Amino acid sequence: MNRTLGWLVVLGLVAGLVMSFGVAPRDAAQGNVQRIMYLHVPSVLVAYLAFAVVLVASIVYLMTRREAADRIGHASAEVGVLFTAITITSGAIWGKPTWGTWWTWDARLTSVAVLFVMYLGYLLVRGMVDDRERAARYSAVVGIVAALDVPLVHFSVYWWRTLHQPPTMLKPGPSTMPGVFATTLLVNLAVLALVYVFLVSKRVRLLRREEEALA
Amino acid sequence: MIYARRAWIVLWKDALAERRSKEALNALFFFTLLLLFIFQFTLGGDRERLADALPGLLWLGFVLSGLVGLGRAFLTERDHDCWEGLLLSPGDKSAIYLGKLAGNLLLMLLVEAITLVLFGVFFNLDVGRHLPALAGVVVLGTVGFAAVGTLFAAMTAQVRARELLFPVLLLPVLVPVLLASVKATEAVLAGEGLSGVTHWLKLLAAADAVYVAVGVLTFDAILEG
Repeated sequence: MNRTLGWLVVLGLVAGLVMSFGVAPRDAAQGNVQRIMYLHVPSVLVAYLAFAVVLVASIVYLMTRREAADRIGHASAEVGVLFTAITITSGAIWGKPTWGTWWTWDARLTSVAVLFVMYLGYLLVRGMVDDRERAARYSAVVGIVAALDVPLVHFSVYWWRTLHQPPTMLKPGPSTMPGVFATTLLVNLAVLALVYVFLVSKRVRLLRREEEALA
Repeated sequence: MIYARRAWIVLWKDALAERRSKEALNALFFFTLLLLFIFQFTLGGDRERLADALPGLLWLGFVLSGLVGLGRAFLTERDHDCWEGLLLSPGDKSAIYLGKLAGNLLLMLLVEAITLVLFGVFFNLDVGRHLPALAGVVVLGTVGFAAVGTLFAAMTAQVRARELLFPVLLLPVLVPVLLASVKATEAVLAGEGLSGVTHWLKLLAAADAVYVAVGVLTFDAILEG
């Protein structure tokens, strides 16, 4: 099962690359730099998905105290932080030629950065609390606080300042994005979601083995 | 009714201990005074620049003294082995959270009032003229700050690298509260009143409600030890 998923991920990544670099045409205004979007946008969406899973897993853990929920939360947070890092890095590489700067304190950049440090804190709690059961309880609380903080961070930072181009797809009204761009984006989103599922399932298994070895 | 009484007893116990030792209040007062020195030394004597930075500096002062003050909120329980006492207390444990929160809130508001007076003396801040609006913003911001702070202080009290983990966890979560408080304070100090910043005040109120609710709901899981 896991092996099949692994091969699916490999196939998907190849297909995503072919779509991003072969099928999708060069952007008229931005040139090849625009292709970073096919990594950047799916990454941030998958990161949000990962943190939503952390929230659900945290609530389930606190209510049922089942270790499986804790392991899923732990794994999902790690993979979410990874995808947030990919988002920030790819955004910086895109920003340098487009905006002329690696980083700017724009609203959406800032809120993703805050998200990044919040979940780094979540992983830090895991690392610093020795007792496993206590680490699970503490990080579940942090996972809940962090997730509920996301909308607050979003609005506060948005009112604070905004420069980022508004979302092109997830907005009311018909999408203005040409079909092939949208298709490429959706293919890559599906592939990265698959990568997420694969990594989390691997990590959950590893966590379970670690506990078995320690027990 | 009994619930409120339980919270009240925790608050009363903390207030009594603080009144007799005056440990936190004395240290925090001195700490705040030193902060003002540091602001002055690092920003230089340029009065206009200081005046521009005043809302930010004010909240920086609140945050730093808050980190110091809140971080030790559960240390008495830990150091004097009273944690089991809290655990053994009957009924809903969230009453303990609310009592602790009220105590922390009281302490922070006291320190913040002193800070405001000191800012008035040293940085020419006209506190009296802006008082009602300013007090409203400060109270709204401090409730959110103390709500998460109390929760995380209970959590980190039992952890080895407590002094490090507490601010690292707390500060990112408080970004919305800080942004909203500083923006609202800016408007107040500029003499514009609160009518232009109602969206920030609503955000603060929402944040306060969310944080207190999460604290009440999850405190039980943290108290277990």
